[in-house]
Amino acid sequence: MAHSTGSVTHLERHHAHHFKTAHEEFEACKQGMWIFLVTEVLFFAGMFMAYAVLRVLYPDMMKAAHQLLDWKKGALNTVILITSSLTMALAVSAAQRGEKQKIIRYLWMTLICAGGFMVVKYFEYAHKIHEHILPGALYQYKELTMAKVPLFLSVYFVMTGIHGLHVLIGMGVIYWLIRRASRNEFGPSYFTPVEITGLYWHFVDLVWIYLFPLLYLVS
Amino acid sequence: MAHTSSAHGSNYLNHSHGIKSWLTTLDHKRIGLMYFVVIMMMFLLGGIFALLVRWELFAPGLQFFSSPDKYNQAFTYHGAIMVFMVVIPLIPAAIGNCVLPMQLGAKDVAFPRWNLISYYVYILGATIAAATLFINQVDTGWTFYAPYSIRTGTSTTLVLLGAFIMGFSSILTGLNFIVTVHKLRAPGLTWDRLPLFIWAVYATSIIQVLATPVLAITLLLLVLERTIGIGIFDPKLGGDPVLFQHFFWFYSHPAVYIMVLPAMGVISDVIPAFSRKPIFGYKAIAAATFGIALVAFVVWGHHMFVSGQSEFANFVFSFLTMLVAVPTGVKVFSWIATMYKGSLRLDTPMLYAFGFLFVFTIGGLTGVFLAVVSTDVHLTATYFVVAHFHYVMVGGTLLAFLAGLHYWFPKFSGKMYNEGPARLASWLIMIGFNVTFFPQFILGALGMPRRYADYLPQFTSLNQVSTVGSWFLGVGFLIVLVNIILAIRNGKPAGDNPWGALTLEWQAPSPPPHENFFHEPVVTEGPYEYRGEKALMGGNA
Amino acid sequence: MTKLLLCLITLGNNAFAATLPVAGTDIAKSWDAVYWFLVYLSLVFFVGIVAAMVWFAIRYRKEKNRKPKYIHGHTGLEVIWTVIPTILLFVCFGWGWAVYQDMIHAPANAMEVHVIGKQWSWQFVYKNGTSVTNDLYVPVNRPVKLIMSSEDVLHAFFIPNFRVKSDVVPGMYTSVWFEAKLPGIHQVYCTEYCGTVHSGMLARLIVLTDDQWKDWLSGKKIDVDSLPADPTFPGYRANRLGEGMPEAVAGSTGGQKQLTLADKGKAVVTAKACIACHSVDGSKMVGPSYKGLYGREEKVVANGKTITVKADDNYIRESIENPLAKVVEGYPPSMPPYKGQLSEEEILSVIEYIKSLK
Ligand code: HEA
Ligand code: HEA
Ligand code: HEC
Ligand code: CUA
Ligand SMILES: [Cu+2]
Repeated sequence: MAHSTGSVTHLERHHAHHFKTAHEEFEACKQGMWIFLVTEVLFFAGMFMAYAVLRVLYPDMMKAAHQLLDWKKGALNTVILITSSLTMALAVSAAQRGEKQKIIRYLWMTLICAGGFMVVKYFEYAHKIHEHILPGALYQYKELTMAKVPLFLSVYFVMTGIHGLHVLIGMGVIYWLIRRASRNEFGPSYFTPVEITGLYWHFVDLVWIYLFPLLYLVS
Repeated sequence: MAHTSSAHGSNYLNHSHGIKSWLTTLDHKRIGLMYFVVIMMMFLLGGIFALLVRWELFAPGLQFFSSPDKYNQAFTYHGAIMVFMVVIPLIPAAIGNCVLPMQLGAKDVAFPRWNLISYYVYILGATIAAATLFINQVDTGWTFYAPYSIRTGTSTTLVLLGAFIMGFSSILTGLNFIVTVHKLRAPGLTWDRLPLFIWAVYATSIIQVLATPVLAITLLLLVLERTIGIGIFDPKLGGDPVLFQHFFWFYSHPAVYIMVLPAMGVISDVIPAFSRKPIFGYKAIAAATFGIALVAFVVWGHHMFVSGQSEFANFVFSFLTMLVAVPTGVKVFSWIATMYKGSLRLDTPMLYAFGFLFVFTIGGLTGVFLAVVSTDVHLTATYFVVAHFHYVMVGGTLLAFLAGLHYWFPKFSGKMYNEGPARLASWLIMIGFNVTFFPQFILGALGMPRRYADYLPQFTSLNQVSTVGSWFLGVGFLIVLVNIILAIRNGKPAGDNPWGALTLEWQAPSPPPHENFFHEPVVTEGPYEYRGEKALMGGNA
Repeated sequence: MTKLLLCLITLGNNAFAATLPVAGTDIAKSWDAVYWFLVYLSLVFFVGIVAAMVWFAIRYRKEKNRKPKYIHGHTGLEVIWTVIPTILLFVCFGWGWAVYQDMIHAPANAMEVHVIGKQWSWQFVYKNGTSVTNDLYVPVNRPVKLIMSSEDVLHAFFIPNFRVKSDVVPGMYTSVWFEAKLPGIHQVYCTEYCGTVHSGMLARLIVLTDDQWKDWLSGKKIDVDSLPADPTFPGYRANRLGEGMPEAVAGSTGGQKQLTLADKGKAVVTAKACIACHSVDGSKMVGPSYKGLYGREEKVVANGKTITVKADDNYIRESIENPLAKVVEGYPPSMPPYKGQLSEEEILSVIEYIKSLK
């Protein structure tokens, strides 16, 4: 329906014509994103439930197992992600004002933070794989042989894995936004993609803010 | 408003030409039709498996299949295809896509591109799952219970992935519909003037959006369980198989209302149109729709009364399940009351609506037997449950779908089908259905377990009745199919509003033009205000 | 005429009753009462709804009634058809729940038999060590409690004549109980899908009279074929695995073994060196003594909090497989987990042994 492809600047951009106004379209997209985030919450909720069940049934195991994680790396990643949320917010407000250079700059900063997060994650995973601190049947770490510890690692790997996947997808989208921004597509009359990507990014950040204390700081 | 029939003018079917114009279309009506075609193919496939299952059960011992494994695969594919590929998308994706934007007076859904993506996501998931038919067949039952599903045959993983992918299609459709209802209503179409079909699809969409992600994570965990052994559901690795059931039913119970709420929506539109009366208790029906959707999320444990879950859980789940019957009853009674002192047209859609009321009531009432913990202990996992869910799913959802199909067919094809064969089919299906599934209540009460390739000889005669019934059912569906194809090829022009119905889609030409309406409709009153002149027109009988 | 009518009613009644299996316990009879209540309640609603529908379809056909009445609703009616079903549903729930209470709470004096489900047979293990495959012998008129677990996947144990059923789950104990009133053979099914021979995973419940029971206990062979057939289907014998299924692995009616279950348990705790840490005479070693353990209220530290738990089957099983989940107060968390090192039968024999140390 939307005919506009290629380099249409925000001045000539028009909305898909099953909407009456550009504003209506913007509102619809935003609502769509919110609903999507609700599904995301429920997606993670399943894992949080599994976590809660383990926590209630085997509190001591959880306490012992969490020491296998490196809380310092987790904390570092928390700081990195919070920073990226900030730069993302700045990018959105720059987009609303149509300041092309600023949009691009803040988006790059967000992207770099996200990359940093993934690098730290890489080192965490690499260490665990090397030590065979792995989920379920793959667990072969000799220092901690307590029953059910592998289950903690299952939860850890699934949750952080899915979260990492969300970060990677976010990085792809942010890069796409940078390309579009440098083609001058965003401005006060059209910044929907930046806005809703911002929502998504804050959500990914928020999930981590729950994951970090639950997984790294069990007490 | 009402244009003369656009049979000669431009409509969405001839707006653009060529296969490519269909495969890349963003028009909600074309997407709806494409869903319809694929879902019907899947229904045929699932139906063939059903006929084979029934054939096998014609006598004790093995008749058709060479081993019990083959039978186990057959009912697994039958159940999984029917649930994930047929009844869940059936009414929302096929009928809903065509009808919902038009009833809102909109030009399209909010996100047409995502609508098309959703369609291809469905195709992708269905293809992956169906491909396993040719590789290594799956025998877990549609419920995929761990730990059996962790240990059995190799392509279970693929089926799980297929269902996982189809889940995204379901989420996207639901999301799209919610935003469409919020943002794209015609001027004057306030919430209390929405057709009840819209209310139903809207409530369904909310369930889809909230429940499907939980299925997604469940299936994903099961895939990881099979591939790397994460152990969360596997008792051998310290996990808990009952936890899997909680996860599974947290989605799959709400899913049964994903199947039946839109069906109820169709019935709520059909009955007033063919009674020429306003619906009885509009507000109560809309509220009941939401009541059901809400309670649907807190009753999943009624599938697990004998699973080893705690006594307390059984208490709570049994109690909450009872509550679902109340709003459902309100709906049934309101539909009946709508007919009171009406001027009834007994055309095919109305015949199916009668069939729905007859059969769904039996299905619902037997649901109460299963909701009472003590009676469920004996009846669970027997043919009583099989009969219950076919009464609600085939008798409820499928009959309502057929009502909707015959109701909206003239709108979207511009043609009228032959009423004679249509009615004949409706009778064959009703009779065939009851002959197939009523004996199963008795079989179940007598203790015949489900998922049995072979059974004890004392169950033979009732099973034979059931098998013969399934043939009538098959012939009935076949007649529907042929009748529809003939109507598409050489049906008479239907006219814009053959039933004299008042919802907005009937103000558009048949078939509707590319963007539905030539002028944006303006709404001034509720959808079922059949009075004066308007109450007298419509219907053929 | 009245005679004919009466005859028809009895006939109808009998035909109706024939849609349920014979009620082989008292609880099955109270179960039947709930069931028939639901049937009649449903009939009332169903007949009412269909009659109204058919009547309206005839009476208000277009040909009969050209002018429909313009009605939107009726609050009074709507209240009635909300409130009445609600009340009736409360009745269904309450009655059903009351019967359920009886169904799940076994009397304290119930005789216990262990049931192990595996693909695709049932093993019944008695206190005295006897182990039988696919035939469960029980005395008439005595409460029997089955304590069940699975060696592989989910199964379910179902005796239609007694209206009892429960899933049989690996890594966990579930139970059913009954007090059989009808001597003879009763059919048992597996009702949780468990793979290829799910439909062949059958067993016979053989209810013996007091004399027969004594004979059986003393090791005499019972002529099962001479016992009354399943009363639900008098024309048919009850089946156990192997009959009627081409694929099925025929099960054996296992012979009786010498060791009692508790004896076996004693052998296990010796072989696995449990007695290095656990005494059987009440004296304290590294771990608590087994003596008097079973059924005791035990103070344990779980979740960092001290709680009191009853030392029942599930607790002891957990203490063996995963001792750190609940550590007995006053003891170090030094017991190693035995998960996966003891078979189902070994675990339950140990439990039985602990039970025997009063
Ligand atoms: C369209 C799908 C659909 C619908 C609508 C329903 C509707 C209901 N279902 Fe059903 N159900 C299934 C599909 C559905 N079900 C499936 C697929 C399974 C099995 C899955 C599997 O194991 O493979 C299942 C299994 C199932 C079980 C588990 C059985 C078991 O495995 O042991 C239970 C238990 O509570 C149950 C209960 C109910 C109830 C109480 C309703 C209620 O919503 C019904 C409410 C309606 C009425 C009651 C009738 C109208 C009301 C009146 C006329 C008012 C007056 C009534 C009274 C006073 C009683 N269902
Ligand atoms: C909406 C879902 C749906 C639908 C529509 C059906 C439709 C049918 N089902 Fe099924 N069924 C399930 C959902 C459904 N089922 C589920 C979820 C299970 C549980 C699976 C499990 O345990 O895992 C199940 C299980 C199940 C069993 C129990 C198997 C077992 O436990 O061992 C049986 C047995 O009779 C059965 C029979 C039938 C029959 C005869 C039909 C008929 O209504 C089908 C009729 C349709 C057709 C025949 C196709 C249409 C035909 C044409 C368009 C023309 C071609 C016709 C001819 C060639 C004659 N089904
Ligand atoms: C290394 C010493 C050691 C060995 C070997 C050992 N246990 Fe234990 N066991 C303990 C200790 C210490 C406790 C108390 C702390 C706890 O509950 O974990 C205990 C507790 C228990 C309990 C719970 C007792 C109660 O009072 O609640 C059971 C049952 C048990 N053990 C069974 C076994 C069995 C069966 C074996 C062998 C297969 C075994 N143990 C081997 C040290 C041991
Ligand atoms: Cu064992 Cu089914
Ligand atoms: Cu349910």
